[in-house]
Amino acid sequence: MRLHGGRHGPVPAWGSDIMDRKTAQLEDIFKPHRWQDEINVRDFVYYNITPYTGDHGFLQGPTEDTKALWTTCQELLRQERARGGVLDVDTRTISTVTSHAPGYIDRAREKIVGLQTDAPLRRSIKPFGGWRVTAEACKQAGYEIDAAVVDMCRKYRKTHNDGVFDAYTDEHKGLRKSGIITGLPDNYARGRIIGDYRRLALYGADRLIEEKEADRARLTGAMTEDVIRLREEIAEQIRSLAAVKEMSAAYGFDVSRPAQTAREAIQWTYLAYLAAVKEQDGAAMSLGNVSTFFDIFIEHDLNAGLLTETQAQELIDHFVMKLRLVRHLRMEEYNQLFAGDPTWVTESIGGMFSDGKTKVTKTSFRFLQTLYDLGPAPEPNLTILWHPAMPEGFKRFCAKVSIDTSSLQYENDALMSAAGACDDFCVACCVSMMETGKEMQFFGARCNLAKTLLLALNEGRDEITGSRIVPDIEPLPEGPLNYDEVRKRFDKCMAYVAEAYVNTMNVIHYMHDKYYYERSMMAFMDSEVKRNMAFGIAGLSVTADSLSAIRHAKVMPMRNEHGITTDFKVEGEFPMFGNDDDRVDGIAVELVERFNKELGRHYIYRNATPTLSVLTITSNVVYGRKTGATPDGRKAGEPFAPGANPMHGRDQSGAIASLNSVAKLNFFDARDGISNTFSIVPKSLGDTEEDRVQNMTALLDGYFTKQAHHLNVNVLDRDTLLKAMEHPEEYPQLTIRVSGYAVNFTRLSRQHQQEVIARTFHTSL
Amino acid sequence: MLRVHSIETFGAHEGPGIRLVVFLQGCPLRCLYCHNPDTQPCDQAKAKFYSNEQILELLEKERPYFGTKGGLTVSGGEPTLQTPALQELFPLVHERGFNVALDTNGVIYNPQVNALYDMTDLVILDVKHIDDDWHRKLTGAGNRNVLLNAEYRERSGKPMWLRYVLVPGWTDQPEFLEQWARHFAGYKTVERVEILPYHTLGVHKYAALGRPYPLEGLAPPSKTRIEQARRIFAAHLDNVIVA
Repeated sequence: MRLHGGRHGPVPAWGSDIMDRKTAQLEDIFKPHRWQDEINVRDFVYYNITPYTGDHGFLQGPTEDTKALWTTCQELLRQERARGGVLDVDTRTISTVTSHAPGYIDRAREKIVGLQTDAPLRRSIKPFGGWRVTAEACKQAGYEIDAAVVDMCRKYRKTHNDGVFDAYTDEHKGLRKSGIITGLPDNYARGRIIGDYRRLALYGADRLIEEKEADRARLTGAMTEDVIRLREEIAEQIRSLAAVKEMSAAYGFDVSRPAQTAREAIQWTYLAYLAAVKEQDGAAMSLGNVSTFFDIFIEHDLNAGLLTETQAQELIDHFVMKLRLVRHLRMEEYNQLFAGDPTWVTESIGGMFSDGKTKVTKTSFRFLQTLYDLGPAPEPNLTILWHPAMPEGFKRFCAKVSIDTSSLQYENDALMSAAGACDDFCVACCVSMMETGKEMQFFGARCNLAKTLLLALNEGRDEITGSRIVPDIEPLPEGPLNYDEVRKRFDKCMAYVAEAYVNTMNVIHYMHDKYYYERSMMAFMDSEVKRNMAFGIAGLSVTADSLSAIRHAKVMPMRNEHGITTDFKVEGEFPMFGNDDDRVDGIAVELVERFNKELGRHYIYRNATPTLSVLTITSNVVYGRKTGATPDGRKAGEPFAPGANPMHGRDQSGAIASLNSVAKLNFFDARDGISNTFSIVPKSLGDTEEDRVQNMTALLDGYFTKQAHHLNVNVLDRDTLLKAMEHPEEYPQLTIRVSGYAVNFTRLSRQHQQEVIARTFHTSL
Repeated sequence: MLRVHSIETFGAHEGPGIRLVVFLQGCPLRCLYCHNPDTQPCDQAKAKFYSNEQILELLEKERPYFGTKGGLTVSGGEPTLQTPALQELFPLVHERGFNVALDTNGVIYNPQVNALYDMTDLVILDVKHIDDDWHRKLTGAGNRNVLLNAEYRERSGKPMWLRYVLVPGWTDQPEFLEQWARHFAGYKTVERVEILPYHTLGVHKYAALGRPYPLEGLAPPSKTRIEQARRIFAAHLDNVIVA
């Protein structure tokens, strides 16, 4: 075992003439304002931004270096796929900010450098989330973890996972085992925390350390547990900032001072992010909203003649290339929940300031251009903060990129800005908004709502194992299901499950803070942050349709010898979610509201605010597999629809009706996000490219004006997917949005591929 | 009340922008290639009746998606079979600030239809063949009324799109394509000309209806034939697109 890699190579020289402005002060370059006196990136961006209202005509393609580098990467990615998904693992060195010597793809060509380990795609071990998972992940990849690491974790350094199970009650374990709550981050890192990595570039590490020291100095007086904990955490953050300086120095950069050029600003920001993904392997390690920040430096260098457009694009291409190579070591079970080895390097682009000034800059375009320069890819998870008032040129370019690549997702800028009362925010993971540098969340799992409904129909017993989960649920009267009787029991089950869910999460996050605290991310946030605790529900449309069937049709439960439902006989028609029909959409709206209310009734760790998401990622397949037949006619084991989507094929009234149903769900009841994945055949968008761009733009304007929150957009034919299933080697970069993120289609399991193909593809001919 | 076959909330082919498309039940023509034969009978039992209020409600739900271009399109079947009902509907639609397109085959020509055209923002006229005999062979009716309707629209000075379904062996004769294009070459109200290559996506519906498919075995036109037709049209007409 090596705790520190040590042997860092010689310090490389920058060797670039654009880097020669060593002594200039940022105050001389940029418009001074409050950002100089306090840590306030938003203020810097607001007063220095150059909004761009034109079209994409200025963009330049990739340089020779970019092409050569990406060719090298593609070959490595091919080898990674060929080796079953993992190219290489360093099984000895526990990954920290400074653990590994500098790594390069092709050093002479790279304008932005830095890798998680000493070689591209070489994964590292991060056992503090749970050493068993790390050991098992090594084994599944064909490696053996260094025995000394296991020894250390067992004897000397307890991990998060061990802490959680010391505190879990039998009830928590029961819910977890039954699959009522799945995806709990109790044996892996929680993620979803985003440092404001821009801070390193704008202020330099020394200034950030100074501010942290000052924050800590203020924390005196009565030493309550809260104060003690925060004092210790800030000390860890300071240590982490020192480590970032050390790591950066090994790459030849002095990040103790602010960045002074575009290249430095991007490099500094990347190094801050790199520190985070070296030390943590959280499920989603998102990036933030860096593009417009970068633009200010790029704009300056362009005007000063230090940079050309081609070079500016090259910097962004090289940065994005790095983000595409971020890797974590995962277990197979993890992959079943979140298919395709995602890392959620989410970058939020565009949007408006609250006073109506746009945040769109040329670099917003440059980020999208990477999808052409390097081809489509799932990472970074490019997220457009859509606002109907954004410049037309940018809206149209987004639409075009979606049509060409299916690699973008969209979230409602105005709605999030209102909900969070801020205009410098970003998206963690898929759909969770955070005020950048000021807000964090305790992420965790989701409750299987459809299975909770089945508990209500089965006296609180799990419909698969028969074991009792919820006490005191009376048997239902004989005969067809009666809505009021079912609803009474269902509400009781929801209340019970919500409470247990909150308690489980409290345990998890207490232990995560204790054993795997994210010092390298929190170092780039305010010392006093706003905390949310992010809950989730899965199977919303199945549950709403089931209740609609019970209310509007005649549903006879079929029960086995133990009185447990095995199937349902449905007579008559009933309205289904996804057709803009209030009779069922209202049920869905009300379910979200109720579950959210239930969460709010309980004590939450560190006084966090409970937030709720309607998001499944790809776990809708696993949730479905673990859920018996439901009263809507869904058979046992069949996948749910992803996120807040209507069930496959049930949205029969056209795309707008389907969108309108989802748009009715109230974001203020699901502040952590409402995910909708929309797939449409290219021809159905219009007859000419101009029509398609125009209609896609109008569709997004319409959907978000309806107060909807999120939309994944896929523009492709089902045929393409079928072909890619047969000949994956011909489609290495085929990207498809699933639920809040994108994947390489060919990296999905067969079952996930089939589920994607079964989804509604909106067509109108 | 309108006799409706079906409604598409996301229409992207029947006029500009995103459109609510109301497909009416019933058509006087029996086009050999019809890809929606279930819309043909006027007395189809599955037809649904919609009041003006219901249509307006659907439009309201869709308003934010329309932007400056989208709106309502009434298609078919053949919408002018229900001209009196549409004459009631269109002013109400306009009152709410929506625009209206009429997607028609033009075989009904009379003062009522003229009046309906006058209250329509965009007429999408399907001129299926320029030769009267071929038109009859293909659809069961001659093209005289269709051309009269086109002429009427032109005289009114209001916008029109023309459509042409390109069917191999039936509508792709170069001399007739030339004649078709020349006929409309002087028109000032034609904003767009759409060539719709024949496709076989509707064939299965015939089986479902228990009817033989009249063009059994006919393949869609090749890329070359489509391009040939486009070139002939484009030599005389502006803004020719292949849908």
